[in-house]
Amino acid sequence: MFKPPFLKSLLLSALMAAPAAQAATAYVSNEKDNTLSVIDLNTLEVTDTIEVGERPRGIALSKDKTRLYICASDSDTVQVMDLATHRIISNLPSGEDPEQFALHPDNKRLYISNEDDALVTVVNTESHEVLAQIEVGVEPEGMAVSPDGRWAVNTSETTSMLHWIDTETHELVDNTLVDQRPRHVEFSQNGEILWASSEIGGTVSVVDVASREIIKKLSFKIRGIHPDKIQPVGVKLSADGRYAFVALGPSNHVAVVDASTYEVLDYLLVGRRVWHMEFTPDQRYLLTTNGVSGDVSVIDVDALKVIKSIKVGRYPWGVVTLE
Amino acid sequence: MKRLPRLMLSALLAAPLGLQAATQEIHIGYLGFEPDHGPVLSNILPEPADAGLRGAELGINDSNTTGRFLKQHYTLHATSTDRQDEIVQAAETLYQQGVRLFVLNLNTRQLIDVEAALNDDVLLINAGSQDNTLRTSQCIPGMLHTLPSRAMLTDALAQWLASRRWQRWLVIEGNQPEDRRYADSLLRSAQRMGATIVERKAWSYDTDLRRTAQKELPPFTQTDEYDVVVVADERGDFGEYVPYNTWYPRPVVGTQGMSPVTWHRVVEAWGAAQLQSRFETLADRWMNGRDYASWAAVRSVAEAVTQTRSTDPNTLKAFILSDQFQLGAFKGRKLTFRDWSGQLRQPIPLVHPRALVSQSPQAGFLHPKTDLDTLGFDASESQCSVKGDS
Repeated sequence: MFKPPFLKSLLLSALMAAPAAQAATAYVSNEKDNTLSVIDLNTLEVTDTIEVGERPRGIALSKDKTRLYICASDSDTVQVMDLATHRIISNLPSGEDPEQFALHPDNKRLYISNEDDALVTVVNTESHEVLAQIEVGVEPEGMAVSPDGRWAVNTSETTSMLHWIDTETHELVDNTLVDQRPRHVEFSQNGEILWASSEIGGTVSVVDVASREIIKKLSFKIRGIHPDKIQPVGVKLSADGRYAFVALGPSNHVAVVDASTYEVLDYLLVGRRVWHMEFTPDQRYLLTTNGVSGDVSVIDVDALKVIKSIKVGRYPWGVVTLE
Repeated sequence: MKRLPRLMLSALLAAPLGLQAATQEIHIGYLGFEPDHGPVLSNILPEPADAGLRGAELGINDSNTTGRFLKQHYTLHATSTDRQDEIVQAAETLYQQGVRLFVLNLNTRQLIDVEAALNDDVLLINAGSQDNTLRTSQCIPGMLHTLPSRAMLTDALAQWLASRRWQRWLVIEGNQPEDRRYADSLLRSAQRMGATIVERKAWSYDTDLRRTAQKELPPFTQTDEYDVVVVADERGDFGEYVPYNTWYPRPVVGTQGMSPVTWHRVVEAWGAAQLQSRFETLADRWMNGRDYASWAAVRSVAEAVTQTRSTDPNTLKAFILSDQFQLGAFKGRKLTFRDWSGQLRQPIPLVHPRALVSQSPQAGFLHPKTDLDTLGFDASESQCSVKGDS
């Protein structure tokens, strides 16, 4: 189970919380180290490592950016960390093996994938109550809540479906069959389009939210890399609506996609086994987690160039950033 | 065996496919041969008797979770026996009850007999025989194979040895027919990868190695110098005693030591940890290669049913053999079937009892179509045409 953070990190965090150090920060979960790496986004260096629960994977910020939610998969809990002190202040009843989650715009309802149980658990982050458990397909993974809060969408990897959950009733109302092993879903800012990656299928489905139909399927080709190794996982859309970035797993590349024409513009070489990504708050950089090489690549979004890699812990998985 | 009311089953199967509102019932038969393998010296960790069956059950569970959303319901009709003479009858009984989709965890003889006893309107998937002949010369009409052939295993091993440049092999084989087949397959792989067989020796079985391995095996393995000892002992009779007892300080690979396998507990990447954990919850033991092959067979059928919305055996077979088929099966890439031999293409893990060492195909072994076809028999090496016959 979870152990309290080292005194050293407490001291360090106290220092970091001082007003002088209001730099933008990234948190990276290290799946095989049971830690988070803290990256200063001005210097692009790791400034701290925080011990958390077992097998941390998905991480997400509260809407007011004061708390970090951490899926501690093997501790069977979602931990809540106070970002000012870097201390775990509570554990949410997440159901077994939480992997990924998404926070509703109401800042209360957290939708959690329970990978081993084929369930989505909905938890109230304030009262710590379990509001609902919804049966979904085998190995639920990706989670997203639409910007208007109406839909929670879950992907189930072995069932190869997107499950549409009505957030009013917590009923599963529709399913969209996609290619093998859907890993991640991401809504466009206006909530009209949903991007869904299929890791083994090698595609990204672009789904019209109103009709819940696939309107476009993207595939990827990288010279010298076998198509089977091109495995889309994370998807991130730039705030200006210009680009979609798709992390392509063991092909060690991130695809740059024109978010309006769906044309693949470029492939950027990053670290090994790239899964998840996040923009810095100013949208200047995109950070990628590279599990096998144990580092984070920094992509300059304007130049579409990888400018740095930052060594973090073992098997970096999730990443969030804040001011 | 569970007997189903015949009329009811046929009625379900005969239901018109156009009726989307009704739940589509999919009946899959499973035949398992669980023979007594005879006494072995190394019997400390016995193989599970229900290997294969529990994999098929998990495949059904996984498919039903998916099927819930598609109004599909899968049922397994399983028969396992240790009696050779009961197999064909069990197959006929299931056929008469309306079952047309079969997962067969059987040996080569039984596979041939079962196919001969049933009409053509069936889908048969071999999840029990690794024999190379079934993929080359002794083709069974219309049969698919989810268990890798021996050649896929030995090619996977040989590629890894070639990439390590351990190209001088001492081959030791046991006295069972399958040991000879494994050793023959090793020789073919050695030839393909340019390895040299320093010597091929048969183990004599006249001492109890549990007490005397340290005395017996060093002189037995005293030959011209080799890089590696390759053991062919599928039952695990003497091979467990070879590591650390060789004349030269060399690694032991093959059926013991580091082994090419269909599946193993140590495989955990690519989401496999989730499959392992589901299996352990179901069966209360580790998932092995036979479980994996039966699981993959059921999942292949279910994937084809999902995509075609049909339960017709020939429609399903045609889809499975088409390039639209893809199976996510926790081996790091999508799996497909060879449209000549009906063999499921798949990466082969190389494991020792506590860790994954590597996975073949190794980098650099190229093929014009897919590097997975560097393992086992390519189209030109096979006389089978599973697509043509049904």
